[in-house]
Amino acid sequence: MTPRIYIPGDSGALALGAEKVAKAIANELAERGIEAKIVRNGSRGAYFLEPMVEVATANGRVAYGPVKPSDVKSLFDSGFLKGGHHKRWLGAPDKIPFLAKQTRLTFARCGINDPLSLDAYKSLGGLKGLQNAVAMAPADIVSQVTDSGLRGRGGAGFPTGIKWKTVLDTTSERKYIVCNADEGDSATFADRMIMEGDPFVLIEGMAIAGIATGATKGFVYIRSEYPHAVATMNKAVEIARKHGVLGVNVLGSPNAFDMEIRVGAGAYVCGEETSLLNSLEGKRGVVRAKPPLPAIQGLFGKPTVINNVISLASVPIIMDKGAAFYKDFGMGRSRGTIPIQIAGNVKQGGLFETAFGLTLGEIVDDIGCGTSTGRPVKAVQVGGPLGAYFPRALFDTPFDYEEFAKRDGLIGHAGITVFDDTADMLKQARFAMEFCAIESCGKCTPCRIGSTRGVETIDRLAAGIEPEKNLALVTDLCNTMKFGSLCALGGFTPYPVMSSITHFPEDFKPAPARVAAE
Amino acid sequence: MTMQPASTEIAPRTAAIIQELKDLEGPLLPILHGIQEEFGHVPHDAVPVIADGLNLSRAEVHGVVTFYHDFRARPAGRHVLKLCQAEACQSMGSDAVAARIKQLLGIDFHETTRDGSVTLEPVYCLGLCACSPSAMLDGEVIGRLDDEKIDEIVAEVRS
Repeated sequence: MTPRIYIPGDSGALALGAEKVAKAIANELAERGIEAKIVRNGSRGAYFLEPMVEVATANGRVAYGPVKPSDVKSLFDSGFLKGGHHKRWLGAPDKIPFLAKQTRLTFARCGINDPLSLDAYKSLGGLKGLQNAVAMAPADIVSQVTDSGLRGRGGAGFPTGIKWKTVLDTTSERKYIVCNADEGDSATFADRMIMEGDPFVLIEGMAIAGIATGATKGFVYIRSEYPHAVATMNKAVEIARKHGVLGVNVLGSPNAFDMEIRVGAGAYVCGEETSLLNSLEGKRGVVRAKPPLPAIQGLFGKPTVINNVISLASVPIIMDKGAAFYKDFGMGRSRGTIPIQIAGNVKQGGLFETAFGLTLGEIVDDIGCGTSTGRPVKAVQVGGPLGAYFPRALFDTPFDYEEFAKRDGLIGHAGITVFDDTADMLKQARFAMEFCAIESCGKCTPCRIGSTRGVETIDRLAAGIEPEKNLALVTDLCNTMKFGSLCALGGFTPYPVMSSITHFPEDFKPAPARVAAE
Repeated sequence: MTMQPASTEIAPRTAAIIQELKDLEGPLLPILHGIQEEFGHVPHDAVPVIADGLNLSRAEVHGVVTFYHDFRARPAGRHVLKLCQAEACQSMGSDAVAARIKQLLGIDFHETTRDGSVTLEPVYCLGLCACSPSAMLDGEVIGRLDDEKIDEIVAEVRS
């Protein structure tokens, strides 16, 4: 049997040198006259171990990582093609604690095989959900999704099935499925990982959404900062079309569904659904007022399902194993699993898919293993740039939509950024306002002007100018932005700002020494 | 990177791109990406051609071009270096990385070195948040930036 070596082509692994490792391995194979097949798989998401190289042995896969090009010679000397021992030896990948502790439903296949092999996709259960769906009535598919309890993974947490039902119930001849892959929140990379590592699951999910709602055309709007994901998705769509997964007869059924990949142009606000629709239409990415809901009047004025990548990629497993199977995971009204993205200053960063309900402390201390600098954790921002900063005192908060909301936070797209005790929370609050000012679409006043005034006011606070008055002013401004903005950009920027002020008041006290030092 | 094209070349090359893409649903963004790929920026002279081709006003096209951070009014340097400045990278010292690179290149964000070798830009998230601080050099991703990698990048863009 020709040995098989798996080297991730995921951009996270590439950023850590996977390409150089692949070259070194290819050179070494040639030099030693060994015949082996190199497979470029996706990433399993344990980025602290990337580039993680795996070999297929008689006893299953054996992983090594993080591999440097300089390790390659000694790996061959240690007989790594047969799973031989080496300082980078990790053993069976699914026994690595970070991966073994996960419940992988949406990411079940991600990182295991060549993402563009449809056969590999099918061999691991792919297309079963779509096969079930083409044999069902649209309303039954929608009920399955509704019963599964799946909620929008983009951040808003709106029940996916209800959105689909609204579109199904419209009578329009033309309807659209739009996948929001404008994953702009810092600390999030789940969408990128699945598009690069298991693109067919997204295509399958979109085809199911199309059949369920009567839409025949889909768009995936991917941010331009993700060129690797764009390339993989384009190739995957072509392969899916060639094999009848997309086209006029999806899997040989009378249902038609096809899709296009579109690329954004660097506007964060286009992650907001109505602004994304404007952008797809070729307009400025300005937010639209709701109503009308996109489900009634969306893309080009037609009924449109707009869902996040992970929501759509979670549908195939629901249609394969059933609503009850999926709903069985989780807690309260947060059902199923959530891919938590552990990022920033953390020892074991990466994607951790698990049922809802782990506490923030378990995620940061037990799974992330604390900071990479080894210093104490000061704050954790949950939910991207519009999410609140949580102090250690709130580490008992369970990962659940409602539990985070109760503590003036949000789980958003489930990215968490860990900061050590060198973080200056006033600076983080200022950045939140500055980011809002840079990215505001300009349509509503609280966001457009409030963000700029916010930066100025926080600057005055930092300079020790009338601290009490300016703190009250920031609080009042946040209140106006929260309740007066048209979308989540202006509406949620107060979360990082107010949580910093509330939980870390010492960083907002006048510090003449600090000012003088600067 | 393309040389600055003569304005007489812009119209026909823009028209060809429009012709190829205008039947897409919502063709303006794909067209603008196509133009930027062709010229390295979206030339001012392309705007009336697009407006004409898509039956839009020049103001509408101008509005769209200027809304998006990606579309350049002028060509970039031979290399484009984007440094992530978002929260996950901040937690790993992206401020210091940016300061060092700015000092080594002698330019600030949104500037190009005088010899035209490199344009430096901030970016808000490359999705490499578990490998912070991160950067993108001409479309290639780089994670866990340290002094050694910074020196390599600077040497590469200077060569």
